[in-house]
Amino acid sequence: MALTDVTHDAQDFVPPAEVAEEELYHPKTWLGKYVFSQDAKIIALQYSITAMGVGLLALVLSVLMRVQLAWPGAVSFITPDAYIQFVTMHGMIMVIYLLTALFLGGFGNYLIPLMVGARDMVFPYVNMISYWIYLLAVLILLASFFTPGGPTGSGWTLYPPQAILPGTPGSGWGITLMCISLGIFVVGFTMGGLNYVVTVLQARARGMTLMRMPLTVWAIFTATILALLAFPALLVSAIMMSLDNLLGTSYFMPAIISLGQQLDHSGGSPVLFQHLFWFFGHPEVYIVALPAFGIVSELLSVHARKNIFGYRLMVWAIVVIGGLSFVVWAHHMYVSGMNPYFGFFFATTTLIIAVPTAIKVYNWVLTLWRGNIRLTVPMLFAIGFVFTFINGGLTGIFLGNVIVDVPLSDTYFVVAHFHMVMAVSPILAVFGAVYHWYPKITGRMLNDGMGKFHFWVTFVGLYCIYYPMHYLGIMGVPRRYFANEGSNGLPDWIPESAQMVNVGITIAAILVASTQLVFLYNLYHSATRGKPSGGNPWGATTLEWQTADTPPTHGNFGKELPSVYRWAYDYSVPGAEEDFIPQNVPASKKTGQAT
Amino acid sequence: MSVFRTLSTKPWVADRGYISDSHGFSSPTAKVFLSIFLGVITAVFALLTAAYFIRMAYADWQSIPVPALLWLNTAILILSSVALQWARTSARREQAVGVRRGLLVGGAFAFAFLVGQFLVWRQLGSLGYFVDTNPSNSFFYLITGLHGLHLLGGLVAWFRASLRLWRGADVAKIRMSVDLCAVYWHFLLLVWLVMFGLLLVT
Amino acid sequence: MVLVIVLIVLIVGSVLFHFLSPWYLTPIASNWGMIDDTLTITFIVCGFVFVAINAFMVYAIYKYRYRKDRRAEYEPENKKLEWWLTAFTTVGVIAMLAPGLFVWAKYVEVPEDAMLVEAIGQQWNWTYRYPGADGVLGTVDTRNINGTNPFGLDLDDPNGQDDILVSGPEVHLPIGGPVKMLLRSKDVLHDFYVPQIRAKMDLVPGMITYFWFTPTKNGEYDVLCAELCGSGHYNMRSRMVVEDENDFQAWLQTQPTFAQMLAGAGSTSGGSLIEQGEQLARNQGCIACHSLDGSAGVGPTWKGLVGKNEILVDGSSVLVDDDYLKESIVNPNAKLVKGYAPIMPPAQLTEDQLDALMAYLKSASG
Repeated sequence: MALTDVTHDAQDFVPPAEVAEEELYHPKTWLGKYVFSQDAKIIALQYSITAMGVGLLALVLSVLMRVQLAWPGAVSFITPDAYIQFVTMHGMIMVIYLLTALFLGGFGNYLIPLMVGARDMVFPYVNMISYWIYLLAVLILLASFFTPGGPTGSGWTLYPPQAILPGTPGSGWGITLMCISLGIFVVGFTMGGLNYVVTVLQARARGMTLMRMPLTVWAIFTATILALLAFPALLVSAIMMSLDNLLGTSYFMPAIISLGQQLDHSGGSPVLFQHLFWFFGHPEVYIVALPAFGIVSELLSVHARKNIFGYRLMVWAIVVIGGLSFVVWAHHMYVSGMNPYFGFFFATTTLIIAVPTAIKVYNWVLTLWRGNIRLTVPMLFAIGFVFTFINGGLTGIFLGNVIVDVPLSDTYFVVAHFHMVMAVSPILAVFGAVYHWYPKITGRMLNDGMGKFHFWVTFVGLYCIYYPMHYLGIMGVPRRYFANEGSNGLPDWIPESAQMVNVGITIAAILVASTQLVFLYNLYHSATRGKPSGGNPWGATTLEWQTADTPPTHGNFGKELPSVYRWAYDYSVPGAEEDFIPQNVPASKKTGQAT
Repeated sequence: MSVFRTLSTKPWVADRGYISDSHGFSSPTAKVFLSIFLGVITAVFALLTAAYFIRMAYADWQSIPVPALLWLNTAILILSSVALQWARTSARREQAVGVRRGLLVGGAFAFAFLVGQFLVWRQLGSLGYFVDTNPSNSFFYLITGLHGLHLLGGLVAWFRASLRLWRGADVAKIRMSVDLCAVYWHFLLLVWLVMFGLLLVT
Repeated sequence: MVLVIVLIVLIVGSVLFHFLSPWYLTPIASNWGMIDDTLTITFIVCGFVFVAINAFMVYAIYKYRYRKDRRAEYEPENKKLEWWLTAFTTVGVIAMLAPGLFVWAKYVEVPEDAMLVEAIGQQWNWTYRYPGADGVLGTVDTRNINGTNPFGLDLDDPNGQDDILVSGPEVHLPIGGPVKMLLRSKDVLHDFYVPQIRAKMDLVPGMITYFWFTPTKNGEYDVLCAELCGSGHYNMRSRMVVEDENDFQAWLQTQPTFAQMLAGAGSTSGGSLIEQGEQLARNQGCIACHSLDGSAGVGPTWKGLVGKNEILVDGSSVLVDDDYLKESIVNPNAKLVKGYAPIMPPAQLTEDQLDALMAYLKSASG
């Protein structure tokens, strides 16, 4: 239990920056080192590999969905039920079990201690447990594929009443296991998340003031706080829905005649669930987006050899976006039947968020301005991110502005928008980050040629998938449809040519999906045969590149912890010998007096 | 030190080339960890309260009777908190006996509270107020259940601290654990008082 | 410099796609042209920002490409520029938000004289109700719903007796007058969605939701469901017919009132047995799940069904004959075909209706 795992006593409190290396738990066995490891770096890899594994499954599901949309009925096992089950599991896995776990569990674990100059997370044991609980949640989620009725097909939003009524596939075992898995995920995440936050607050190296922290740390830190406060809403709603399902309570269930049968429920409110769900669901968007913001800021600055433009404003924007993300949730519910006057409030708050978000975009672009831009693979992905994020961010304005949302809600415009902004953009940031930090993790560079091929197909392919999709949505094609052609035939406003778009999108999707195999092969291949990278191949200033060993050993910094003398973005400082000054270089060397 | 001043420093100017003051909070890491955790629990119960009020506005809501036993349970939980505070103060003064007694009494009262809550459930059940009888019942069982689970989690920490003490650990060594337990107990007492108040008011 | 070229192609391509694509808003058929206008304003502002920022970025990438002999500028911030950009963004946001909220204010204010029409959703078909001569809809309760009272009207409420009930696959509306669509669901969330009228709203069980619009163009429109409502969601269809007042009144006269329905009149219209069966199949929502063309659906297709051998969930096989079909309509889960979920509601039909449906089913089977 966390409460008793105390490293220091109240009276003899030592600043955590000076934790001696001996205090870390050093395992003797292979199992303790690589499986039940308490080293945040190993835990990070465990999180990442698990997340990517389950993400591959979700990718396959999306390809199956695309096949059905392009060539309806071509694959016999894709029934209407199977289709919405794929929709649901694809969404849920990608948002929660891949992106959240990867950004916070993976990148958070690897980067936070290294970037703030700590030996490890403050509570390594709790950190380890967090991963194993996450793995348990993943296994339970996967188990739902093998239950009678299969996984739930209620959409990743899991709206009751349909989620727990027989007209939806997986309304028995499927939804129950989903709720259990989510509950376990939240518990596991809370253990990890508390660690990330407290590590940033307490275990920074000497000299690492808050405003000297890299934006990546700021972003993951803020995203973690959002997650800690938002996930309880998911937990509460999952518990309440399970009680409705299993014990017959009526939190969300009104009187219903389901498929000819009167149910015992009465008086509940399905809209209440939606409020709780989106109180979690909207911050969730930023839980995924903020780390991507931070990582991209890092990549742009390093590879443009220039300080990030407007650092303070970038930090403020992260904090402001984080705060505002708790007061915009109902913009997902403009046509849900809630009090329509809420629309005025939520449209306004939502469009206010556009301002700090736009500032971030301006500052990324202004970081490139007057830089010395190296188009390395990580940089390509970072620029790709900025491009797709501008697109996805702008379409968010359409959907946030209540009246414009009315015709577009529940159409492919929404699908295109949220994929562009919280699937394409973050995943490009993830790829960029992997190419950027892989040398630190393995000591070897990823293959450049494969990397460039991977970038071009992924970036252009994804844009070709989602950009035309907006126009299907504007035309009115509804989302989550097994087929557009119903018993009345194709609605007469859908031209035959729309099917052409679907075929094109599916071909692009198959191309992009298969190209990820090149990426995986690159990860595997370069781990042993890549070009040795040295400790700081990009010439970066932040602490993770200044470790004594590459890959860093347990304890991160060898005998002595670094001290921090400057902010994270001293690139191309006038008068300095090189075009970067690492954070742990004091004033006497290489210039660096206050400007 | 104000947050605003921190956030408005220009890091490329301030103390450039020198180690700048970077202390974390002056309280120990475990305490910071606990206080943020308490923030998370607050979010859980705050959301439940919000859901409670929204659901209450619907026509089918009928208030649940408040068994007298709940008052007794509340008193027991207060005593439990007081006992742990006693242990905490004794630990600060390095009085092993006080710590031992305080922990024992506090834990015993906490157990008694849980048993009491269970008896309330039984009592309500025998009166025909089941979890699915009315939304107010559903919320009552959910809130008391979640609160009980959190207390149960606290008892695990309490058990570990007590075990160490009984095995002869130095009071100074477990002072932090006792401290954290006490804070957690006070917090859960506060949560309970708010939730109990909510039940009484509605 | 491939990146610069590709980015330019993507920017120009996006803009061209917008103007050249044949896929855009459906021709509007309601008063909500203002929604289209706000959409256009948003497109103009966002399109400008999209091109401007990306073009600037491309220019920067080109101009400041890596050179060994050059150093990047050291430029931590530029307060003035940042203020200008913030102000500029704020203005842009207001330019989109203000008209949006203005139109939304109209959207939430239903005109006093709006005609009431109720759309009722259930898995997976639509029915409708008009208030009848008194202009007042009778009270309803899900608890009242049963085989003889499928709309769940309160039998004791006099306002309900003259309510006109439409179980057919069509809802008719007169052109030119505002309509307040009241939305009610018997089971789960649905969403009444006709793209051409732009407005839409969810149906939520346990409450009545609404939206309003004025039909402005005669014609027939597909009604779809826009909120995932289970297996048959994609096939939850209906038709909305907008016509002149006279035609509308004439049509309305042919629909039964609640009182008539209780008396048993008007439940079957004329036509041959097969035609009656076809109408039943549509009204009862059978064809939302059972396809007629052999394609996969939520339930087995009716094409080629009669005379087929089906494998049941318990592994035994059964010949699809009259007896089996009748049993499966009245008690669907008794002999469930393997591969399908037990989700079909037992049909509440009279003997005559059952015969008509059987006749149609056999003709559809071919």
